[in-house]
Amino acid sequence: MTLLPLDEALRLHVRDGDSVLVGAGLEALVPFAAGRELIRQKRRALTLIAPISDMLIDVLIGAGIAKGVIASWVGNVSAGSGYNFRRAIEEDIPAPLQMVDHTNFTLALALHAAALGAPYLPTRTALGTDLLAQSPHLKETTCPFTGVPLVAVEALTPDVAILPVQRADRDGNAHVWGNLGVIPDAARASKKVIVLAEEIVEPEVIRSDPNLTVIPGFLVTAVAHAPNGCHPSPCPDYYGRDHAFFDAYHESSRTRGGFLEWLESWLARKETL
Amino acid sequence: MKARAKRAPTARELMVATAAREIRDGELVFVGMRLPLLAFMLAQATHAQSAVGLYENGVIRARAARSLLYTMSDPANIEGATRTGEMLEVMGLLQSGRVGLGFVGAAEVDRFGNLNTTRVESARLPGSGGACDIASMSARLAVLLKHTRRRLVEKVHYVTSPGYGDGPDWREGVGLVRGGPSAVITDLGVLRFDPETKEAALASFHPLTAESSPERVVAETGWALRIHPDCGPTELPSADELDLLRSLDPEGFWLGTS
Repeated sequence: MTLLPLDEALRLHVRDGDSVLVGAGLEALVPFAAGRELIRQKRRALTLIAPISDMLIDVLIGAGIAKGVIASWVGNVSAGSGYNFRRAIEEDIPAPLQMVDHTNFTLALALHAAALGAPYLPTRTALGTDLLAQSPHLKETTCPFTGVPLVAVEALTPDVAILPVQRADRDGNAHVWGNLGVIPDAARASKKVIVLAEEIVEPEVIRSDPNLTVIPGFLVTAVAHAPNGCHPSPCPDYYGRDHAFFDAYHESSRTRGGFLEWLESWLARKETL
Repeated sequence: MKARAKRAPTARELMVATAAREIRDGELVFVGMRLPLLAFMLAQATHAQSAVGLYENGVIRARAARSLLYTMSDPANIEGATRTGEMLEVMGLLQSGRVGLGFVGAAEVDRFGNLNTTRVESARLPGSGGACDIASMSARLAVLLKHTRRRLVEKVHYVTSPGYGDGPDWREGVGLVRGGPSAVITDLGVLRFDPETKEAALASFHPLTAESSPERVVAETGWALRIHPDCGPTELPSADELDLLRSLDPEGFWLGTS
């Protein structure tokens, strides 16, 4: 069965040690409800993937369930530093964290390569940078046709992509709108896809507008009904961004103690189902 | 009757107004986070009504958002957009040479305009985001940062985003096909790059106090910054521009006046 409660979907389909894509819509459609459930399930050693790794990634790092991050940017987009991220990298608190640096474009290309079944894709970005020199996943190469310098971006295949959507049917066919970020490639690049739907709708609703079907159901491993599952990030046409929540988190997470208090109250919050 | 700005501009307001002037009418602009979000709104409302904004989350806007953006993925940046697509599309427009101007911030910038947003000694910073892509592939680049000796340094600790490397011909040599920084806009002045040597020089200083001068800007710079022979005070925004800018961020969230 594809339609599952969120906790069961995650228990069944995310394994400790997996690489998990948890932010494909950039600042929108971030699967906060899934992140909270992964912390409740006391997951271990996850490698988190998100081009713009905003507050949720910082929470997961602070909660001690991440061993690595693959991202182009990590912090709090509207407020500044990601304090848990910095404590992990600079002080190994609560645990050491392995960082894989990308640019937005190289991470999008890494997923696109995997989505296309290609081992790598070439680009003209990042030439001459330390980011290129120090990345194991970016290599300088030359164009076989013209001989000009290029960067080869290695394909990235996440074990699981967790993708919030506005609506899906029981088979996982999903409508998404608003900015798409890397959502289409994330769904096609990953070994498993868990869709978090604000609404579960009849297949006729999906078929009524196939241009909105960003994720066809045959790619989807499980669908969970998760209304308000992106809060405090926005879900276009359902709810906006809770700016105050981001700011309050930023203040609270300045110290380790402040973060742990914040985490306890966030974990205690009831789902809004 | 419109309210007329009575308060003189702050450094941040001047940064945004100066950034807005970098935008040319009709061009594609890669809008970054934070202050450039406001600069694009201001430019569109003044001299660059047909500039088109690109955002790395996939948003394309021929009309700037109507209310303040905390992030580029806020609903206010989706409503009224020309298109809300994928990151690859907008990055493709950048790589294929269609983007006139890009904005980035930085923790460090050096005399050849190389940028660091990754790490300084043991301190970990957020990373590239789209900055490296914008610095690599846009036709022109405007950099915004706070002006201190620790941030404007002789040589950046880590090159996240390429400037002019170590000087003339470096970009061509490494294979970058276009671009390079055209302006570094700080809270003290504007630096531009010599077309021959590719070294930064002070093009204007912000006349915010009676003590403001080119020499004071040089004193706050971590290398012996040259003063361009034509260096003068930065053009201040008009009262109308200031009113407009303040109306775009009434709470002063980005302008820092809250």
